Amino acid sequence: MKVSLGPILFFWPKQKVFDFYEKMLDTSVDTIYLGETVCSKRRELSTADWLDLAERLAESGKEVVVSSLALLMAESELSTLRSICEKAPVKVEANDISAVQVLSEKGLPFVCGPSTNIYNARTLKLMQERGAVRWVMPVELSGHCLQTILQQAQEMGFADKIETEVFSYGHLPLAYSARCFTARHLDLPKDNCKFSCIDYPEGILVKSQEQQKLFNLNGTQTQSSDIYNLLAQKDEMKAMGVDMLRVSPVVEGTEQIIERFKSVGVSNENSIPLSDEFCNGYWYAKPGMDTVLEGGLI
Amino acid sequence: MELVCPAGSLPALKAAVDNGASAVYVGFKDETNARHFSGLNFKEAKVQSALSYARSKGVKLFVAVNTYSQPDGWQKWQKAVDIASDVGVDALICADIGVLDYATQQHPDLNLHLSVQGSGTNSASLSFYKDNFNIKRAVLPRVLSLKQVAQVAKKSPVDLEVFAFGSLCIMAEGRCYLSSYLTDQSPNTCGACSPAEFVRWQETDSGLESRLNEVLIDRYGEGEKAGYPTLCKGRFDIDGQVSNVLEEPTSLNTIGLLPDLDAMGIKAVKIEGRQRSPVYVEQVVKVWRQAIDDYQRNPDNFKVKKQWSKALAKVSEGAQTTLGAYSRSWQ
Repeated sequence: MKVSLGPILFFWPKQKVFDFYEKMLDTSVDTIYLGETVCSKRRELSTADWLDLAERLAESGKEVVVSSLALLMAESELSTLRSICEKAPVKVEANDISAVQVLSEKGLPFVCGPSTNIYNARTLKLMQERGAVRWVMPVELSGHCLQTILQQAQEMGFADKIETEVFSYGHLPLAYSARCFTARHLDLPKDNCKFSCIDYPEGILVKSQEQQKLFNLNGTQTQSSDIYNLLAQKDEMKAMGVDMLRVSPVVEGTEQIIERFKSVGVSNENSIPLSDEFCNGYWYAKPGMDTVLEGGLI
Repeated sequence: MELVCPAGSLPALKAAVDNGASAVYVGFKDETNARHFSGLNFKEAKVQSALSYARSKGVKLFVAVNTYSQPDGWQKWQKAVDIASDVGVDALICADIGVLDYATQQHPDLNLHLSVQGSGTNSASLSFYKDNFNIKRAVLPRVLSLKQVAQVAKKSPVDLEVFAFGSLCIMAEGRCYLSSYLTDQSPNTCGACSPAEFVRWQETDSGLESRLNEVLIDRYGEGEKAGYPTLCKGRFDIDGQVSNVLEEPTSLNTIGLLPDLDAMGIKAVKIEGRQRSPVYVEQVVKVWRQAIDDYQRNPDNFKVKKQWSKALAKVSEGAQTTLGAYSRSWQ
C-alpha cells in the first residue's frame, strides 16, 4: 500500500519547511502533498515558492501534489487558487469545491481532499467524472461507510477509475473558521495577528476545565488534540481497496511514522503502540475522540 | 427582499406565515435535515398541509434536505427529495452533491437552492453548483464579512440569501466535525450539533455543569446564564486560563445592515431557528417584516427602531446580538 505525506497543516518557518522536505525525500513515502491549506495570510513560502518546491521534489521520482486552501472567502484567495491551478507543475489537491470547479474547467486531473465532503458513492462518481483521480474520505466517516462506498463504486462501474486515500495518522482537522483562534487566545485582532501561529509549531492544546485534552488550535483550523492513528487498520483498509494512507506531518518523528506505516503488516512487530494519546473512534462509527482497542497491532 | 423564516412545527409555520414571511423553510422528521431534533419537523402529510396553508396566504414553502447522505441511508435522502418534489414545494435546499445530482436527474424541474451546509463561500464554488445542478440560489455561510459578501455577490452566478438573525455558527458550515468528535453525530451526518441525548446538566458544589458525552463543556457560577453546550461556545482551558476559547455565546442580528445587503443585491434574508418556539418565530418575523417594509418605503432614511432591537434582544441566545463575521473586527 502506498503511503502519502499530507500537507503541513501548521505554520512553520521557511527553512524548517525546506529541511523537513529534504528529510522526507530520504523516506519511503510515495506521495508528498504540499502547500498552504489553512490560512492565506501565512506567507513564509509564497505560491511561487511552493510550486518551485513541488517541482524540485518531483525530480526525486516521488509523486508530488500541490494542496490548495480549504476555506476561500476573498477574491484574492480565489486568484491564488487560480494561479496554483494554472501553474502547478504537478497535480493539485482540491480542498474546496471552488478548486474542483477551476480544475475541472481546465480539464485537469485532481485529488479531492478530505474537506470536499464526499459522503457517498454518487458524489464520488460525479467527482470522478469531473476529473478526480483520487479522493480522501472525510475524516468523520467510518470504515464501514468507506467499505460501502467502495462496494457501491464497484457496482456502479467506476471503482478502478479513482484511487482512495485515508487520513490515517495525525491531528484530525475538525473545523475551519473565518476567525483565528490562535490570535484570539493571544488577544490579537485577526487583521493584526502578527502571524503568531508560527510560534506554535504543533498548535495550542485546549483542555476541558477537568484537564481532559480536547482540541488543538491551529490558527483558523480546529484539530483534535489526540493523534488519529489507523495503523492497526492497515490490512483491513487494504482488503477493502484503499490505495493510500495519509500521514499528516508532526514536528518530531514524521519519518519514523512513515516507515512504520510503510512496513507494518499483521505479522510485523514494528508497530506503534496505541496509547491514550491516540484515537480511532471515527473508524468504528464512534465518537472521534474514542480509542477502540482492537486489531492485531496494539 | 424576501424574508425566509424557520418552522419546526405547524404552529411555528402559521406564526411565520401570519406575521409576514415571504417564504418558510421546513425539514422532514429524520436526519435528512440539519435540525434533526426530537419532537421537531414535519411528516409527509404535514408538509402537504403546511404547503396548503402557506399557499393560501401567498407565502412560499421551502424544504431543507441539507445533510450529507451516507451510503447506508441513501434511500432516506432519495425519498425526502421525491416527497418534496411530489408535494410541489417552491424550493428544495440541499448541500450534498450526490443529493443535488439525484434531484437534478430525477426531478429536473425542482427549484434547487444550495444550503448553507454546502459551504459555498466564493463565486467559483457557486459556479460549480450552478453549472452542475442549475441551482437558482445559494445561502451564504456565516463566516463571511460584509465586504466578502459584497465580493461574492458581484460575481455570483446565482441569487444569494444571507443569514439575518439567530444563533451563530462560528465554524464554516458543512466543515465542522466538533460535534461528532465528541458524540459521533455531526450536522453533516445526522443533522445534529451537540445532540440532546448526549447532554447532561448537573448541579455540583462548583456550580451548574453542562456535559456532552460526559466531557465538561462549561461550569456556571451563581447568577451566570447557562447556555446549551454547543462545543464552540464552551469554556475551556489553555495553559491554566479558562475562557470561551472559540466563541462567546452570542447571536446574530443584522437588522442594521438591511440597506447594505439590499445595495449588494442580496435577494433574501434568512431567520435561523427551526428548533425555536412559535412565539420566537412570531416575534422575530414580525420585527423583520416591519423593518423590511420600513426600508422599502423609505430606503434613504432607514433607521433601526428601538422597539425592534428590544424585541429581538428578548429572544436572542445569550441575550446579546452581534453582527458576527459581517463586522470585520469580529474576524
